[in-house]
Amino acid sequence: MSIEEVENEIIEEFEFFGEDWEAKYEHLIDLGKNLPLIDAALKTEERIIQGCQSRVWLNAEQKEGRIVFTADSDAIITKGMVALMVRVLSNQTPEDIIKANMSFVDKIGLKEHLSPTRANGLVSMINQMKKEALAKLAKS
Amino acid sequence: MKVRSRLTEAEKIIDIGLQFPILKQNINGNPLVYFDNGATTQKPLRVIEAISDYYKTSNSNIHRGVHTLSRRATEEFEQARKTIANYFQIKNDQQLIFTAGTTDSINMVAEGLAKNYLQEGDEIILSTYEHHSNILPWQIWAQENKGKLKVIPLLKDQTLDYGAIEGLISSKTKLIAITQVSNTLGLITDLAKIKALAKKHHLPILVDAAQSAPHMAIDVDKLEVDFFVCSAHKMYGPTGVGILYLSPKWLNELPLARTGGGTIKTVTFEKTDYVEGALRFEPGTPNIAGALGFAEAICFIKEFGMEEIAKHEHELVQYAQKLLKEIPEVIMYGENDNKAAVISFNVRGQHPFDVGTLLDKYGIAVRTGHHCTQPLMQCLNIQGTVRISFAVYNTLAEIDFFSEKLKKVIRMLG
Ligand SMILES: Cc1ncc(COP(=O)(O)O)c(C=O)c1O
Repeated sequence: MSIEEVENEIIEEFEFFGEDWEAKYEHLIDLGKNLPLIDAALKTEERIIQGCQSRVWLNAEQKEGRIVFTADSDAIITKGMVALMVRVLSNQTPEDIIKANMSFVDKIGLKEHLSPTRANGLVSMINQMKKEALAKLAKS
Repeated sequence: MKVRSRLTEAEKIIDIGLQFPILKQNINGNPLVYFDNGATTQKPLRVIEAISDYYKTSNSNIHRGVHTLSRRATEEFEQARKTIANYFQIKNDQQLIFTAGTTDSINMVAEGLAKNYLQEGDEIILSTYEHHSNILPWQIWAQENKGKLKVIPLLKDQTLDYGAIEGLISSKTKLIAITQVSNTLGLITDLAKIKALAKKHHLPILVDAAQSAPHMAIDVDKLEVDFFVCSAHKMYGPTGVGILYLSPKWLNELPLARTGGGTIKTVTFEKTDYVEGALRFEPGTPNIAGALGFAEAICFIKEFGMEEIAKHEHELVQYAQKLLKEIPEVIMYGENDNKAAVISFNVRGQHPFDVGTLLDKYGIAVRTGHHCTQPLMQCLNIQGTVRISFAVYNTLAEIDFFSEKLKKVIRMLG
């Protein structure tokens, strides 16, 4: 699926909750809980993206011209957000990853988590994902 | 919000919240419950008006003009100093210096003492409770001067281990810099014990009153410490203004960390004669409106009575601790009958960030994280806590609402 297709899928999924923020957050928490575990050996200091409060670990691997991301966080809501980012950007080409604007986050009403004051490391994580893509492009 | 029949004595007398316009708003569809007073309190209308009135009617630079406005502004500024000195029972108002706040005051003392009082290899005693603002200025001095910071440890109940202090003191010890109330735990330092030791070893004391001044009446002259610092914004005043109290000895002896216009009698390129008293420590144009706002906040506190505020907050703390104890997943830190209006806790197995994020969805403002006390977090072996802290306008009904929503949040996080 293209990035746009995945984004639309997520938007549809969240439309279901309407104005019910509790249900929406319960879903986000579930997404966090169901995020495939990152290999414990990969949860190293270098892979840590330090938010002021919650921390995020990000790992990137190449697979047939695409980048596969795995990630984790110590806070479950952050981890739910991480799961969404991974779902959208993982298994995509570097060109598409760089172009992605993540506007779906606004559409599903979770934009507040991407504001810099949230201090959860998510903005830095997206930047890091794009950097990985750029690095890959530079090499090829 | 469900209002229970029980009200504190203070709540029975007056709906204090009416004086705080900011509190009358909805956040995410719920009435705002502001429990982040340890970070900063909200400001009553009269403080907001005092600041805007100053700019509308008296704004002018102080201590230099001959014109009417300048005299008026100078008078109001010096009256603010008197009002605040009087509230803290400081007889000589010249011992009260306006600064940008607690952090600024501590830096001024540290930079001043570093000039001729602290010598290479000296030691300073702090406590495990300290806010970064009462660690970093000393740590920088220590790093540059082969100095050492010695730390008063905690007992199991998270109170300070006063018995250990004597063992920390050596011939190199030059200062005890300590907080009067832990901003993370709300626990109160027994200053009498600290003072007895300081007296015995002839050590000066700096008291960080950022978290005590908002919650208890303090007679600073009687406290007989060397330096006493606090911030207006944590006690219903504006941000960016605070005080540094100097004992008579230090008023004469503390070297100037910074200097400039407004502090002098005569200046030549070779030499300067400084004025005496507080102005010597207030170079440049001060935060005049801030000082007036601070004085107005003091008037607000005085009108209500600090004893009344403390009693009301004590009831809130007791009640909140009781409700939190009834929730099995909650781990409380520094639980104590005798504490300032600050409570830290965690939900077992959950990140404080998640708890804070979901409480915010219910309109409840709490603080999460390390609260600028990372060494204390390391000592407790945790990443952070959820902190709730109260002020005069908080109510028992808000605590009921908070406790109900906290239980809901715990279920959501599962
Ligand atoms: C105990 C303590 N000391 C110092 C400070 C710093 O105060 P300010 O930021 O007003 O300088 C705070 C405020 O967070 C505090 O709680």
